[in-house]
Amino acid sequence: MIRYRDVLRSIFSILLCVVSCLVSANGQRNAASAAAFEAMLPVLHHPRCMNCHSAGDFPRQGDDSHPHAMNVRRGPEGRGVTSQKCSTCHQDHNLAGLHMPPGAPDWQMPPRNTPMIWAGLTDNQLCELLKEPKQNGHRNIDQIVEHMTTPKLVLWGWNPGEGRTPVPMSQADFAAKVKEWAVGGAVCPAASSSASHAATQ
Amino acid sequence: MISFSVNKRPVKVDVDPSTPLLWVLRENLELTGTKYGCGMAQCGACTVHINGQAVRSCVAPVSRAAGKEITTIEGLSPDLSHPLQRAWLEIDVPQCGYCQSGQIMSAAVLLNEIPNPTDDDIDQALTGNICRCGTYPRIRRAVHRAAEMMAKGGAR
Ligand code: FES
Ligand code: FES
Repeated sequence: MIRYRDVLRSIFSILLCVVSCLVSANGQRNAASAAAFEAMLPVLHHPRCMNCHSAGDFPRQGDDSHPHAMNVRRGPEGRGVTSQKCSTCHQDHNLAGLHMPPGAPDWQMPPRNTPMIWAGLTDNQLCELLKEPKQNGHRNIDQIVEHMTTPKLVLWGWNPGEGRTPVPMSQADFAAKVKEWAVGGAVCPAASSSASHAATQ
Repeated sequence: MISFSVNKRPVKVDVDPSTPLLWVLRENLELTGTKYGCGMAQCGACTVHINGQAVRSCVAPVSRAAGKEITTIEGLSPDLSHPLQRAWLEIDVPQCGYCQSGQIMSAAVLLNEIPNPTDDDIDQALTGNICRCGTYPRIRRAVHRAAEMMAKGGAR
């Protein structure tokens, strides 16, 4: 005769097994997502991205991220001010030749209300900032993936024109990492694990 | 054929679409008030307006002007009556003059957006317009003077 207590015990062990499998699968998934984010960092920290996501109310330029010549300012919309807007000099394409203005459609930096300054953030803070709708232009995770993989302005980082170093990973690999991060739950690296990316100048 | 309007006059030009707008203005349309300084968006001498916004015409391909309204220094007013032109004459801003059409075209955009600019607004707006003769203090005074004229009499 099957005892009631044995049945309960079996059910309990099966449940325990399922839960622990789920927890461990989830743990792996979290770790994979956070690892994918870490793999994205060499691109995010590169001057091609940081020069517009940098400290201060102005863009930077060059591989040494010096402040943009001509005292160019961010402006309310991230498109410059009055007669010194981005579109005063930048076209929708790179111009040939060294020191010629680079360009892509809709050349701009983040607007003043949501400046998305990455300089000085730890990897964890950068990851959390990317996900914060109040800071990221009200984007959800799908829209963040889209921003990092689609607009020509962002893809310009792979084709920045003469005299500028492109970001250090193939576009396909970067897009795969961004998607892996998002699909895994857009998990951020642990708060303690990351070094801060130095603020520039 | 690329069509646009220059100083309210419709024009059509038969040039390679990548030709810099400055070349088309000076060579094809003979509007030589706009100057060539550097050819790489570094000096501001070539500044014109495309749909009211300041653009360095030396780096803007003429294709960017298609269907748009271009204003050059010749079109700012028909008779030197624009407050900036009057202020420039009154204060006698230019030295050699080479940079001045670019300075005025940039200042015009500034005054459209900020009718009563501070020194800081002026500096931010005109810092990309280089004056080899160093007329900056007079430029600043003249922009303030033009703002005063506009406040009193309205823009003409
Ligand atoms: S000639 Fe165009 S900015 Fe110098
Ligand atoms: S007046 Fe000579 S360059 Fe400005």
